[in-house]
Amino acid sequence: MQGLITYKLSCIRGERSVFSGLDLAIKPGRALLLSGANGSGKSSLMRVLAGLLPAASGHIEWEGEDISADPDAHRARVAYIGHADPLKPSLTATENLQFWAQLYGLDPVVEPALYQFSIEHLADVPIRYFSAGQKRRLNLARLAVGQNSLAGPALWLLDEPATGLDPGAVSMLANTILAHLSNEGVAIISTHGGRLDQLIADSADHLTLQTSRSGAAG
Amino acid sequence: MFHRFANPARFSRIATRILPWSAAATIAMFIIGIYYALFASPADFQQGETVRIMYVHVPSAWISMACYTFIAVMSAIALIWKHPLADIAARSAAPLGVGFTLIVLITGSLWGKPTWGTWWVWDARLTSVLVLFFLYLGHIALTNAFDNPQRGARAAAVLALVGFVNIPIIKFSVDWWNTLHQPASVTRLDAPAIDPAILTPLLLMALAFTLYFFTMLLIRMRADLNGARARALRLSAAE
Amino acid sequence: MIGLILLIRRELKLALRGGTDAVMAVVFFVLAAVLFPFGLGADPAMLPRIGGGIIWVVALLAAMLSLERMYANDHEDGSLDLLYLSPVALGTLALAKALAHWLTTGVLLLIAAPILALLYNLPASAFGALALSMLLGTPILSLVGGIGAALTLGARRGGVLLALLILPLYVPVLIFGAGAIDGAVAGRPIGPALLVLSGFLLAALALAPWATAAALRQAIE
Repeated sequence: MQGLITYKLSCIRGERSVFSGLDLAIKPGRALLLSGANGSGKSSLMRVLAGLLPAASGHIEWEGEDISADPDAHRARVAYIGHADPLKPSLTATENLQFWAQLYGLDPVVEPALYQFSIEHLADVPIRYFSAGQKRRLNLARLAVGQNSLAGPALWLLDEPATGLDPGAVSMLANTILAHLSNEGVAIISTHGGRLDQLIADSADHLTLQTSRSGAAG
Repeated sequence: MFHRFANPARFSRIATRILPWSAAATIAMFIIGIYYALFASPADFQQGETVRIMYVHVPSAWISMACYTFIAVMSAIALIWKHPLADIAARSAAPLGVGFTLIVLITGSLWGKPTWGTWWVWDARLTSVLVLFFLYLGHIALTNAFDNPQRGARAAAVLALVGFVNIPIIKFSVDWWNTLHQPASVTRLDAPAIDPAILTPLLLMALAFTLYFFTMLLIRMRADLNGARARALRLSAAE
Repeated sequence: MIGLILLIRRELKLALRGGTDAVMAVVFFVLAAVLFPFGLGADPAMLPRIGGGIIWVVALLAAMLSLERMYANDHEDGSLDLLYLSPVALGTLALAKALAHWLTTGVLLLIAAPILALLYNLPASAFGALALSMLLGTPILSLVGGIGAALTLGARRGGVLLALLILPLYVPVLIFGAGAIDGAVAGRPIGPALLVLSGFLLAALALAPWATAAALRQAIE
């Protein structure tokens, strides 16, 4: 079992080199906590690993196979949490979650996922009445939906997932991540430190991205 | 062929070496072309001296079409092979295309006043060029609409290909519309049957315009590359 | 196919609950068409002659009003990233979005068009041409408009820019849409114009989702 490996990965945004020559190796059952100053390229790295952004050079392997060989298979194994919560204000919590579950071919029974983040009482409430923290919980509940499905995503890419969460919700998130890791999953989590890091410290490695000084490309 | 010029620095060097020659050739061709167009060719028996407007109008129309084709080809190269010079070539050519379409429209209008009695007639050709003018403007606006210049270049490349597919459709539609709404009895500003007295200055001017386009393209591409280098220096200085 | 239905259902549900966008487009359609006689005079002999063209010009503008939001919400709230990562292809997404846009805009314009035909004194013989040309033409507006909506994602001055990109591409639809109605008013055969419109529609169905997908791909990066 090899998990996720990157070789000499680099990324250019606009005309600026964000990071370059990045070698990573994460074994199944482990998490990588990614820290670094603003602009150090954490979000770009997440997007490159998800396949949302093409790498300028280098390549990414999953279980020993280059992901560019089968992008569809790679997309199917990724669960991505970005900065925004992709939820529609006029739909209820259940409808929002169900849509993503169905689109991804996951288990459309979403109540257990709502329980996992203690928002089951909001199941039939439209998102427009949610607070920022509640929206984040619902977004994270997508991870639980994948977990409760037969062939859920194995690679979790969480870009500052704990933003706006209260301590209780951080624990729920930590438990969800730990369950994923104990299931031989891989998680990469960008963070600015805090309780989440402590809660999963035993299963996690750390990496600090340095702000690239190489300036421009070309 | 493209990969020989792939390196922007090498391109700049080659462009710098070619530029004096192409600029000189442009000026020489213009002198010869204008001489033939103004002095060494006869006036039209119907339109008189105004027919000489054609020697600017028709080559500009050719170049404005060729320029859009050039942009479309460069866009395809930029999208398929992600070639950085292709983006720059497309971006540099678009304002030239606007200039040439504008010349077509203005000369068409100048010719229209004595010939048709109005500054503008909804002639099929002129109307198609007017739509082309707006396609160019859209392309430039989209190129510059983003904070990330690369995003602008790629979006404009997709637009250029969509526009390129649409140009024949627009042309066909405007022709159909024109025959419907206007009996085609008006004289057109157009290259008539191959009369050598007219064809020689026309081709000479077309060659001069082509050389001018090529020279300006090189200058604009080099300036664009220098701009990118300046931005890069500023970025690395800021970090 | 399941993805296509799922996406269209979601769009319709959002349109139904979310908003008045579609209704506003129809109100604009009627209102803008009502303005023309104030500017041109209400000569009963002239109105049928210009009616077809005005209805089509106003339809283009009305369809364009709601285009800007086609992908913008999904782009802003990160849904577009997830849609891209899903097993559904971007081309399918583009087709679903365009069909949903047509169902919420084009179909409403189609329904409202006879009211304008009455206001413009169009003869009864032109109603068929009006309905058929709108039926064939408005989906093209949604399909081609989707390309523009995707291209302008994240742009400064999105709305005006979208108009600049899309309106020149709408010219052929306008010419043949209005041409069919004018033909019916003047007693010419309308078959050729409608056939050309059908050709445009088929071409747009085949090519527009593809181009939109390419544009979306750039927007996601």
